[in-house]
Amino acid sequence: MAGAVWIVAEHHDGALTRISTETATLARQLGEAASAEVVGIVVGSGPGSAAAELARFVPSVLAVEAAAAANSAGAAVVASAVAELAAAEPPATILLGASPDGRDVAGMLSVLLGWGVLANATQVTWDGGPIVEMSTFGGRLFTTSGFTGEHGIVTVRLGATTAEPAAGAGHVIVAQPASAASLPTVSLLERVSEASAAVPIEEARVIVAGGRGVGSPEGFRIVESLAEALGGAVGATRAAVDAGWIPYSRQIGQTGKIVKPALYVALGISGAIQHKVGMQTANTIVAVNRDQDAPIAAFADLLVLGDLFEIVPALVAELHRRSA
Amino acid sequence: MRIVVLVKPVPDTTGQEHLGPDLRVDRVANPAVLNANDEYAIEAALKLREAAGEGTVTLLAMAPAHAPETLRKALAMGVDGGVLVTDPALEGADTLTTARVLAAALARLEYDLVLAGADTSDGGAGIVGAGVAALAGLPYLSAAARIEPNGGRVRVRRISPTGYDLLEAPLPALIVATQVLGEPRYPSLRGIMAARAKQLDVWSLADVGLDPAAVGGAQSTTRVTATRQPAAREATRVIRESAAVAAVQVVDFLAARRLI
Repeated sequence: MAGAVWIVAEHHDGALTRISTETATLARQLGEAASAEVVGIVVGSGPGSAAAELARFVPSVLAVEAAAAANSAGAAVVASAVAELAAAEPPATILLGASPDGRDVAGMLSVLLGWGVLANATQVTWDGGPIVEMSTFGGRLFTTSGFTGEHGIVTVRLGATTAEPAAGAGHVIVAQPASAASLPTVSLLERVSEASAAVPIEEARVIVAGGRGVGSPEGFRIVESLAEALGGAVGATRAAVDAGWIPYSRQIGQTGKIVKPALYVALGISGAIQHKVGMQTANTIVAVNRDQDAPIAAFADLLVLGDLFEIVPALVAELHRRSA
Repeated sequence: MRIVVLVKPVPDTTGQEHLGPDLRVDRVANPAVLNANDEYAIEAALKLREAAGEGTVTLLAMAPAHAPETLRKALAMGVDGGVLVTDPALEGADTLTTARVLAAALARLEYDLVLAGADTSDGGAGIVGAGVAALAGLPYLSAAARIEPNGGRVRVRRISPTGYDLLEAPLPALIVATQVLGEPRYPSLRGIMAARAKQLDVWSLADVGLDPAAVGGAQSTTRVTATRQPAAREATRVIRESAAVAAVQVVDFLAARRLI
């Protein structure tokens, strides 16, 4: 029997993030392929509800009650607790989501345990250890990698697998860290919610994004109208964010977020490589653009040539007509 | 305020980047530029120095021996000087080695604050900053949308999925910058001239107290075993119709794919 597979889940307001339910599903599948034990780990102040949700995906969950998480930034608390557990009984593989939180924890765990990291996995299989496929050079090439030693950490990209609960619910064990965090903690003074970021784009099944062609903050109302009609979230290119038309939390691409929705609608977006790397793995890409030679014409599934200010209102009207 | 910025020369994202025979990024053949996300960290450091009215900004890089050409751009932006850790043993180094080398170099520098970029355009793991902070024993504040030093402490707005978290830590600390902190400045002609006189120290692994046999490419924890081209997407369908006709066709397309 191979060494265990652990999944360290992240949670916000007591609920697992999409990337964590997907990564937990992947952990269970790897455990089945490797005949290895699979353990889900949730660290937090009051981790109960997230742990119960995680137990829908993996057979065994450790809910680590870390009081420090209530008033400190999460990564140091989570990494300290997981490193302590791993030092006592080292698993073969630790999986985390390749999200901002997952990356922070992975980086700390790597140096605390002296284990390597394979980052941004788009697919993970098992052959004596995890075999990790990653996308490089803006999606022009896929590489396959493994660990040279017996232990490793893998961060898994959004959409690498589809979240599927297990046949039966797993059990939850509540634990407390044996010692205080080994890493310096950072005080959390306040959590601030911004209305515009109500639906995080990483979680959205449909994203309607606007670029330079949207032209103005008012132009984004038309993007919002289509997002609303499709039940999706609003995204943007760096050009639109830099122009101040929409907040950075909506930015998709190399210096923004990597998303993988079922449907991506690109409005007035040329599809430059810096944006493409953030959305090219969307299942379906629909673009509205004036320019048939724009880079996005080469990788959209459907390209509507024309003025988005004429086409989008017609599209919204047609969607409303059919849903009526 | 003494600030160290961690930077990395990366292959220019020209669409022509390629792997070497060992299936790792060929860093000699691919023209290098400063990693775009590191430029935000440099800009943030320069702004903090300007706001404080005093202090230094030093860059710290682990890179091949020819990196100084690339690092000069940061000096031209206004960075005061830098340290390049380079060693033949580091060729093919993994992220774990990178974190260990940068932390070992930091231990030989004096600083109040360390800044890093969110991730690199080549490896893109986005984990080295966290690793360096853990090894150096520094409080770690990532995804910074605002940085406010105040006496011996620093406050950071960390971008969260629904807004931001207001964090506070004592200095020295390590902060990961985002582009929200401000667009990187272009080097001025004066800056470019001044950069020629600035000092870029070159350190070996031995200089930072690490044994080349214990870290570096030969000790890599990961190994690339294969590569493949992505499957080609199906040809793009193009609609060139009036808005009303196009709308019907788009909705039909979405319905056929069960997206509405």
